[in-house]
Amino acid sequence: MNKNIVIKIENLGKRYLLMHQRREDLLYNVLANKLKNFCGRVIHPFKARPMASNIEEFWALKNLSFDVELGERVGVIGRNGAGKSTLLKVLSRITEPTQGRISLKGRVASLLEVGTGFHPELTGRENISLNAAILGMTHAEIKKNFDAIVDFAGVEKFLDTPVKRYSSGMYVRLAFAIAAHLNSEILIVDEVLAVGDVEFQKKCMGKMDEVSHQQGRTILFVSHNMSAISQLCNRVICMEHGHLTLDTKDVTAGIKLYMNTNHEAKAFAEWLNDADNIKFKNPYFTPRRFGLYYADKQPVQKSITRSDKVYVEIEGDIETPDSALCVGFALYTQDGLELFRSFQTDLLNSSGELKILDKHVILRAELPVNYLNLGDYRLMLIVGLHNRQWLIGIDNNTPSADFTLDGLINNSPYCLDRRPGFMAVNLDWQLI
Amino acid sequence: MANNNFDLVIEPNKTTVDLFKELLRYRELFAFLAWRDILIRYKQTVIGVAWSVIRPLISMVVFTFVFGRVAKLPNEGVPYGIMVFAAMLPWQYFANAMQESANSLIRSSQLISKIYFPRIILPTASVMVSAVDFLISLVLLLMLMAWYRFMPSPLILLMPLFFIPATMTALGIGFWFSALGVKYRDFYHLLPFMVQFGMYVSPVGFSSSIVPERWRFIYSLNPMVGVIDGFRWCVQGASVPLYMPGVISAFIISILFFFSGVWFFRRFERSFADFI
Repeated sequence: MNKNIVIKIENLGKRYLLMHQRREDLLYNVLANKLKNFCGRVIHPFKARPMASNIEEFWALKNLSFDVELGERVGVIGRNGAGKSTLLKVLSRITEPTQGRISLKGRVASLLEVGTGFHPELTGRENISLNAAILGMTHAEIKKNFDAIVDFAGVEKFLDTPVKRYSSGMYVRLAFAIAAHLNSEILIVDEVLAVGDVEFQKKCMGKMDEVSHQQGRTILFVSHNMSAISQLCNRVICMEHGHLTLDTKDVTAGIKLYMNTNHEAKAFAEWLNDADNIKFKNPYFTPRRFGLYYADKQPVQKSITRSDKVYVEIEGDIETPDSALCVGFALYTQDGLELFRSFQTDLLNSSGELKILDKHVILRAELPVNYLNLGDYRLMLIVGLHNRQWLIGIDNNTPSADFTLDGLINNSPYCLDRRPGFMAVNLDWQLI
Repeated sequence: MANNNFDLVIEPNKTTVDLFKELLRYRELFAFLAWRDILIRYKQTVIGVAWSVIRPLISMVVFTFVFGRVAKLPNEGVPYGIMVFAAMLPWQYFANAMQESANSLIRSSQLISKIYFPRIILPTASVMVSAVDFLISLVLLLMLMAWYRFMPSPLILLMPLFFIPATMTALGIGFWFSALGVKYRDFYHLLPFMVQFGMYVSPVGFSSSIVPERWRFIYSLNPMVGVIDGFRWCVQGASVPLYMPGVISAFIISILFFFSGVWFFRRFERSFADFI
């Protein structure tokens, strides 16, 4: 047996019973059943009742097995409801597994939520002591780390103010600072970096980096933030429906694989309106097709490079021509940041007038991908009557097309990866 | 397979750790939780800690007036105020401790669903607040005796002895109710009635000697009867004989409550997070 294994998970399973409350039940029946079960419940109150029709089994984790070695920094990824948080809860002994076994070596500290156990009425100083104790620090450790915590959180001035008067940023900073100074061999962290402003998130990442790289601790880290995972972890585990679908030490490849399976349903960067059940139907502009295409009109598959020539195309039908009609799109980064939007009205025709669209139209514009950084993007259709009404505004149902910009930014040997910044522009550098 | 080199093995339906070792490790958390409860109690009040003196003081005045002046109950040679206060002291402590402890889990549901620690710390630590209140009231009792120029018997030094069954009963019921209340909030609503009812059947406003002799032992199955009698006896002195079967039953029943509570609580604490 490998001596370096600090977490050994064997055949782990966690079952929840979902009770569906049936409204049609008569009060009389409910009472009768309650009474019938009552005696049994007093003796075995937490025992699972025999499966009734309104109780459904749900396995949050099933047959999960893997080992973690000393000093490994494991990123756990997966969609919502994949069982990531349940895994962390079982690992940190908050809830017990239904089957299987976990063996742990060393002290485990888990941080499933920032600021658990904070009491709003207590001052910052009091909360530091309390929260640290709740997270498992000893009195001596709290004393030793007190100044470092205060310093990291930047709340010196408000130490004697009740935390209910803190801004939410200060609150989160203080809470994270305490957790960051935990001194355990195994650290379990659930999506806590998704809080605070950008500046503080950076600071947190730095701290996590320091904790993991320099102190050589074992970390299990759940996040939806892929850049945080790739920065921190040296192993990535992907979960789906309580199973392990991927386990690799090649973090970049693992993340990529996960992202791709995630977009499986949308192999092409193209949205097509349903021919039988036309959505977004309106007299001014009914969209038929929207997406990103190569020059030969083939829709773009998942990933393209910056040197590709690609075009956004919008096809639609118009019954009532209107001079105020604006058809265009917005471009979003994977973080949900809107990079820009553009409309067909941006370019006037040669006579300086707007050409009024009518009947069946296809609009096309080249997308300047050579200005974009590497990463995932989403195009969203926007249609409206200027200053009058939105026909297709941006929400979850908006027709969209996803694509990934891959490859190299340029041919420089120093530029092999994504660069910081929202854009990546190759300038024409000259030596003069 | 040998798992000897692992510190902790988590398996279903298995108590993974030794309770005492675990409590020893988390003793600081226990202290912090108790300290927090005491600290937050009178936050944002003007007179602060003075409340914990004023509350028992007011109820004592009301009791003395109602039962001593209006109802004119006999007092067995001891000033009525002292009689009542000596009984109210353990009863208030018991009632508060039991309620605090029974509600402790529901109040800290956020903590339970996010952090591991031995859950039994919560109901136990919350009793500490009531213990502090008890000590304050005890000082009040001594001041009351000075006011009536009443010299307590040396037996008053035995008072801490009767503190033990009161605490164990409160904790035992607290463990049962807090664990049951995690899944069935009904228990949370049931408790105030129990406290109210309990006060009438316990000898707070009267002396247990008025209970007919043949019913006395049955009456003493309520452990608080033995406790309250004991407190009174400590104050009044040996002139009034102590009903020993009552005291013994108080001790035995409180031990039963306590250990059955611990057993029940431990049995289900690992699934608290799923139900709360």
